[in-house]
Formats: sequence, structure tokens, C-alpha cells
Amino acid sequence: MGFALELEKAGIPTIPVSTHAFARLAKATTLAAGMPTIRNAFVPQPVVGLSPGELRAYIEGIDPVAKKPFMEVVLDGLTGPLTDEDYKGATFERTTPRFLEPDTEDNLRQLFIQEGWTDFLPIILPTEARVEAMLKGTSHAGDKFVNRMAPTSFREKWDFDVEKVAINAVMAGARPEYLPVILALCSSGFSARSSSTTSWATISLVNGPIRNEINMNSGIGALGPYNHANATIGRAYCLLSMNAQGGSEPGNTYMGSVGSNWNYTACFAENEERSPWAPFHIDHGHKAEESTAAIFFGGWYTQSGFGPRETWQEKFIRCLTAADHFSSPFIVMDPLVARDFEKLGFDKQSLIEWCAENAKMKAKHYWDDQWTTTLIKPHAVAGVEPFASRLAADPEEMISIFRPEDIEIVVAGGETQGAFKMISGRLVAGPRGAPKKPGGQLLSIDAWR
Amino acid sequence: MTGKITVMDPRGYPPKVEGKRLANRPESLDGKVLYLIDCLFDNADVFMEQLRLWFAENMPKVETRMIKPRESWVDDPEMRAKVVAGGDVAIIGVGL
Repeated sequence: MGFALELEKAGIPTIPVSTHAFARLAKATTLAAGMPTIRNAFVPQPVVGLSPGELRAYIEGIDPVAKKPFMEVVLDGLTGPLTDEDYKGATFERTTPRFLEPDTEDNLRQLFIQEGWTDFLPIILPTEARVEAMLKGTSHAGDKFVNRMAPTSFREKWDFDVEKVAINAVMAGARPEYLPVILALCSSGFSARSSSTTSWATISLVNGPIRNEINMNSGIGALGPYNHANATIGRAYCLLSMNAQGGSEPGNTYMGSVGSNWNYTACFAENEERSPWAPFHIDHGHKAEESTAAIFFGGWYTQSGFGPRETWQEKFIRCLTAADHFSSPFIVMDPLVARDFEKLGFDKQSLIEWCAENAKMKAKHYWDDQWTTTLIKPHAVAGVEPFASRLAADPEEMISIFRPEDIEIVVAGGETQGAFKMISGRLVAGPRGAPKKPGGQLLSIDAWR
Repeated sequence: MTGKITVMDPRGYPPKVEGKRLANRPESLDGKVLYLIDCLFDNADVFMEQLRLWFAENMPKVETRMIKPRESWVDDPEMRAKVVAGGDVAIIGVGL
């Protein structure tokens, strides 16, 4: 859609073709871009997996939105004279008030649900007094700009400040002392409510002294609903994301076909004290006394296992190759597992390198994947390694599917079982402009105290 | 609960939208250059090739040129510049 808008602005009549499932989204996107009359054409969903003949039938068939022959819509769109509305475009300003109209608590709760401002679980209504109390958790003023956010790259970005983060933190049930962690996550500008059709989610990790200061759980049930801070920090980040970016509404600002449970809340702390290895944030260039947050973008799958037992190598390879290779894993290990790997002579980096070296599949299987084809193949065609070599490989050749930098290891759990989980999630970059490494990919919590 | 209370708006601050007009349309596509932009989604290339064939069979006076951006989801100003410099109209597809 972005290409079409830019080409129209440059004087080239352009018809964007989408599948009918995206009709509402296309309308909302073009309106927000100030060009609401852009002339879309639609074909039925899906396009993926169809033969040339089936796609030709779409072209010779009916546009399911306009209810007219598809090619008639295309040709009229390219040559039909402009109307007054086409010339005008749409200039408008939307505002969001600081305060909502006073009403009863019951009516306000209903309003928040109707407007799509909640995750449909009960919220704490953000009164001014509660928000002021929340703001005492940071030294920063409420009107300090934090960042911009959008549900996807082609939608317009909305601004948010410290007060907006505090409002959503109140709604999530968070306490003021958690606010620096929530601000750090939100300062990424990275949405925990991506609108992607693939149902992405974010899973957040906290390291450093603040874990114990606010009593986060890194032990038994670290990834489950067994801790106030873990639960409400993750939820606050999700609520802020949907509200600060202009919504997370199915069919408009959310298109995840299946959805993800991780979108309710997903935040945990590393069990630094029981890990045999350096904490995650030290691996990424920070000092032990610094507190940091990391965001993993994924949530597509979880592979589970125990060990390392005698055949752990085969088990790891089965898990790694069962993972969707477009979304690389971070591995969460109970301290029991980490210590056993240490006894086998591994540190985190050598185990990561072992995983990258041994996770292989046939090239034909690697490329027979919608997202690898859509997003990785263009890089391969452009000669970017290692993707170019993967594309050049014989279809039957076994090729590596992950680079070492695609995989991370975190230690968490309560040592009731030697369990590990490989969870879909790549480490996302920190604030724009931050150096890549060292320390550039984690978010400073201390900066928001 | 019957008493009224005041609460704060949880939404962010949307940007101002500046209206933009569509490009002028030609009366006919005869003799025009039509860029068919493959947006790189899975199978979009097959769809765009079928579209190219449709024009070749049904509107042979239209010159079609296939083009692709550098990668998905990312703007490609060089590709856009080629379309603007050498084309009259464009079709981009196909989304999901």
C-alpha cells in the first residue's frame, strides 16, 4: 500500500491489488495516509498455494469487494476521471483528550470494552489520582515524550509520553515501582501487538538488580501466572502497545489469523543467582549492577524437553528443526539443565554455536515456506550471505537454518525439573540509534527510574 | 456505583493527516507503459505473470514491464524512481 500511495503522489496512477480479507485494513490505511479514494482492486483470499490457472481465474473473475469484474475495476481505476473527492484528499486532525467525560464506574468500564482499550480481562480504571501515584515510580515528567508506535510498518505512528505509559500501567494493575521496567519496554517503540497475519507476540526478559527490588519471579513457574510483577509488567506493555499505536482491532489494526496467548502478558526474569553462566545482560555488554529489559519477538511455537540426557543431541536437533525456521528460538533452561550442560563442557556461546551448526534441513524444505520465500529470498537473490548460499544449494542438500546470532539462551526456573523450552523469539533491537553491540540491543531500565 | 468519576484516556497521540490527491488519469492505456510491481509475497510473482499475460492477450497496445522492490515490507526509492521515470501507470500486487 505504501508503494501505491507514494507512486500516486509522484503522478503515477496505481492500483494496489490485495485479497478481500484486507479490504477494511486497506481503507483505514489509505484514510490515515490522507488518500482515502485510492483505487484498490481485490481478489479472493488466498493467493498463496494457488496454481497459475487458479490465479488467472481470479483475474478473469469478480472482485469480491466491488462485486464487478476484477479487470473492469482495475481498468476503471487506472483511467476513470478523477472526482472532486479524489482531488481533495482528506486533511483532518484526530485528538485524544487527556480526560474522558465523567461517568459512573460501570459505564466507564463498558466504554473501555466497547472502544477496544482492554484485553477483556478486568482493569483498574485510570483515575488521575491513581495515575499520579503511578508516576511516582519514575523521576521523569508525565509529559516527557517516550516514543512512537504503530501496529505494522505501513501504518502511521502514534506518539506517547510517560503519562500514557502510566495510565496503561494502572489499567494493568501494576505498582509504581514497576514503572521503570514498563517504560523501558515501551521506550523500544516496538509494539507488543503487531498486526501481522502470523500472530506475533513479544516475550520480555528482565535482568539486573531490579528483579529482586520488585520481587520478580525467576524460579518455579517463572513463565507462568505466579508473580504480581511478572504478570502486570507484561500486561502493561501489551495494553500500552494496543492503545498507544491506535488500536489492536481484528480486521483493522490486528490481522493475526490464529492469535497468540502471549499477547495477554509475557514477562519474566532470569534466574541469575542459580545460573552457572554469566547473566544475559552481561553477555550483551552490560554490567551486573545495571538493570535491563530485552524483548523477544516471536511466540509462534514452544518446543519442550528435559535433560541433557544421553541422546540430548538428537533431541535438540529434533526440537531445532521442528521450530519454524523463519522465527529463530531463544532457549529457556532450568538451572539444572544449564549446570548439566556446563558439566558437559559447554558455555552459552559454545552451545549456541553447536545448535547453529547442527540444526539443518534439506534446502527444498527450507525454501518451501511462505515467510522464508517472502522475506528472506529477496536477500538471497541479492547475494546476502548466508542466504545466497542456502538458495544456491541443491534442493536435497542439508543446509544450516540458523546463524549463531539468531539463537539466545536464558536461564530461568525453580529446579523442580530439568526442563528446557525452545521458544520462538528473536531478540529485537533497542531504541533507534543505539549501538548494536555491546549493550545496544537491551533496554536500560535505570534510565527510566 | 452511581457516582460519577473522571478517568484518563489511555490512547496515544495520532499524527495530523494531510490530504493528498490522486494522480491524473490517462483517458486510455493504449501506448502507455504499465509497470506490474511484484510485491514479493509468496506466489505474487505467479499472479503478476498471469496479469502480464492477460494484458498481452487482451490489450496488446499496453507495454507491460515487470519490476520488484529490493525486499518485502521495505520502501525501495530506486524502484519507485524507475517506475516514475519510465512508466505511465502501475499495478502492485498481490497482498496476502
